[in-house]
Amino acid sequence: MRRDYHRPLDVKRGRVDLAHGAGGRATAQLVEELFLKAFDNEWLRPLNDAASLPIPAGRLVMATDSHVVSPIFFPGGDIGSLAVHGTINDVAMAGAMPLYLAAGFVLEEGYPLSDLQRVVASMAAAAKSAGVPVVTGDTKVVERGKGDGVYITTTGVGVVSAGIELGGANARVGDAIFVSGTIGDHGVAIMSKRENLEFETEILSDSAPLHRLVAALLAACPRIRVLRDPTRGGLATTLNEIARQSGVGMSLEERAIPVAPGVAAACELLGLDPLYVANEGKLIAIVPAPDAEAVLAAFRGHPLGRQAALIGRVTHDPDQFVQMTTALGGRRVVDWLTGDQLPRIC
Amino acid sequence: MKYVDEFRDGDIARGLAAAIAHEADPARRYQFMEFCGGHTHAISRHGVADLLPPNVRMIHGPGCPVCVLPIGRVDLAINLALERGVILCSYGDTLRVPASDGRSLLRAKAEGADVRMVYSAADALKIARATPEREVVFFAIGFETTTPPTALVLREARAAAVANFTVLCNHVLTPAAIVNILESPEVRTLGTVLLDGFVGPAHVSTVIGTEPYEFFAEEYRKPVVITGFEPLDVLQAILMLVRQVNEGRSEVENQFSRVVSREGNLKAQALVAEVFELRRAFEWRGLGTVPYSALAIRAEFADFDAERRFGLEYRAVPDNKACECGAILRGVKRPTECKLFGTACTPETPMGSCMVSSEGACAAHYSYGRFRDRAPAATPAVSDA
Amino acid sequence: MCLAVPARILLLQAGDMALVDIGGVRKQVSVALVDGLAPDDYVIVHVGYALARIDPAAAAATLAAMADAGINAGALA
Repeated sequence: MRRDYHRPLDVKRGRVDLAHGAGGRATAQLVEELFLKAFDNEWLRPLNDAASLPIPAGRLVMATDSHVVSPIFFPGGDIGSLAVHGTINDVAMAGAMPLYLAAGFVLEEGYPLSDLQRVVASMAAAAKSAGVPVVTGDTKVVERGKGDGVYITTTGVGVVSAGIELGGANARVGDAIFVSGTIGDHGVAIMSKRENLEFETEILSDSAPLHRLVAALLAACPRIRVLRDPTRGGLATTLNEIARQSGVGMSLEERAIPVAPGVAAACELLGLDPLYVANEGKLIAIVPAPDAEAVLAAFRGHPLGRQAALIGRVTHDPDQFVQMTTALGGRRVVDWLTGDQLPRIC
Repeated sequence: MKYVDEFRDGDIARGLAAAIAHEADPARRYQFMEFCGGHTHAISRHGVADLLPPNVRMIHGPGCPVCVLPIGRVDLAINLALERGVILCSYGDTLRVPASDGRSLLRAKAEGADVRMVYSAADALKIARATPEREVVFFAIGFETTTPPTALVLREARAAAVANFTVLCNHVLTPAAIVNILESPEVRTLGTVLLDGFVGPAHVSTVIGTEPYEFFAEEYRKPVVITGFEPLDVLQAILMLVRQVNEGRSEVENQFSRVVSREGNLKAQALVAEVFELRRAFEWRGLGTVPYSALAIRAEFADFDAERRFGLEYRAVPDNKACECGAILRGVKRPTECKLFGTACTPETPMGSCMVSSEGACAAHYSYGRFRDRAPAATPAVSDA
Repeated sequence: MCLAVPARILLLQAGDMALVDIGGVRKQVSVALVDGLAPDDYVIVHVGYALARIDPAAAAATLAAMADAGINAGALA
């Protein structure tokens, strides 16, 4: 008998079981052999219940997101990379440099360990590439049928320098509105894998960490008023949120809004409007008009902003309508999203 | 996208708009009804109304199969899902239609009903084959465009003897609805709704052809232009209608000639005739009972008729008293003339059918055109600060 | 009503099916309702079924007439 020897996790054929969530040896093994192995960094290694972290001077920014995406693996990413990017982006939209991530997992009994490893590896790669480590976490297991494979909650912290005060209430009449690239990619990529809606497309989710792009933008224009990433509900919903928070209206140019041809086609097919389809690697920037040129140059100089475009202006409007001049030359309102945008036949 | 993008060209649109403005007689008004919800949606989404001169106006018609689906029929579907435990397959459009007791199919799903969205009737049959131990019901809606696919699926189900599959049929007919509008007192005798012509349905006509409309043009002396769905199609059709009115003609013209012929899709028509028969009467939400306006499944396919298999009995349910959907569907009132519009009734909390479907007149106006309701003084100004 | 999109036939398949291309998106649809189709033909597709073939000559003629209307209006303005 060898003390302290236990059979390694059978990642190839094993499945999550209730013991993994009980807090005993099985949990410890899962944490060490799967999570720590992938995320490995000096703050996580001690495996304390909390991580003790140095932070530079500035104001603390914190954001959290729960991820329940289905399917778990989709073209261009998975729930893991999405969880990392999503929270990094929330922190970045406050103008902060993201520093650390925490990750909580709710696993469903029976979920294949090989899939879990794939998700965790993807998270680790995303975190490493972004330079934002996962420093603490938690794992729970629920009975079969009470989960959807994996749910992940990520919390991120960062620090924002003095003098940077971004926020949805900052938009002012006359400000320029930018989007960093094509809209609707993520939502279409997800839908292409949903049951009963199968279609083949080369559209990949645009899931990406935007913190370095944000740093470049702030360097070029410290006076940026608002940054926000248009996730659920799409560009339209996010702009409406900002309009309401700032008490302004907006006027957009449909022709200026970048949409990839494959996304436009998929939306035509399903009867969806790209303006309402989710994005996971794009941001909206609202900046004072005199700074528009410098901001556009900063966008275009960064790989995640090459297709950035000036899409409209902030207007005076007591009703806070977001209006748009259509490609045809007519006008329409770009309203809030109603419920879930469902594919239609009519 | 080919056959889409070129028909959305802004320059050609402006040219057509100029032509309409030039040919419309400034001394008179022109009111055309776009029958089809798809046209309502296209007009709103692209802002076509902004390109028309002030004396040319569009009235939204009842060609939205979701909008005219009566509460009682949705109740039947909800009941099957909740009480009879079937797998209820439905197109996305119908999931949010408000029915009795504050329910919809989506809400029923939240209560535990097995409601599944499908993109195609074939998907419903696939589900039936994959789950032979469960009853699967396909909630079929739509005008003549959507009926041939349902016919095909019924034939396939019978050929393969799929024992657990049935269809709850709510297919309705376009010509009957148009007649209903033309016969309404407001149009025929009172003259409160001035209708100078119709922008006719695009895809319905690919199936039924242009021939069925010739009757209206003659009998009611109203021009009909069968029109494609892209904004340039609509603009060209309006130009054609203006010309007909000016020249005193009332003919059926085919603007959508790249897809529609006079006889339509004969193969599809034959298939539909094989599987379906006319119902003597059918209730349309907002229009009341309309004779010979809907289809039922023929006796030869009785085994696949959900109404027979589950012994369903239809109970009519009236709309909210304040709901003006009926008048709006007939073009008698505008969305803003309904007390509930924008307050109790919004796309988020629809009270009636015009608000539920994104192409219903009220939903279209709310989502795309609300800003037009403002007094001119409130129009936004842009200041370049 | 009746959302339908133009699609290009890529190849015809058994069982009255076809693989089509819609602006770069590929999907399998039924062609049971339309006879005499060949690869590269365009059809309009509704709820997963092709309903009719698009006539390229008629489409071109329609577009030309649309453009002409504008030119004439401009000339007369």
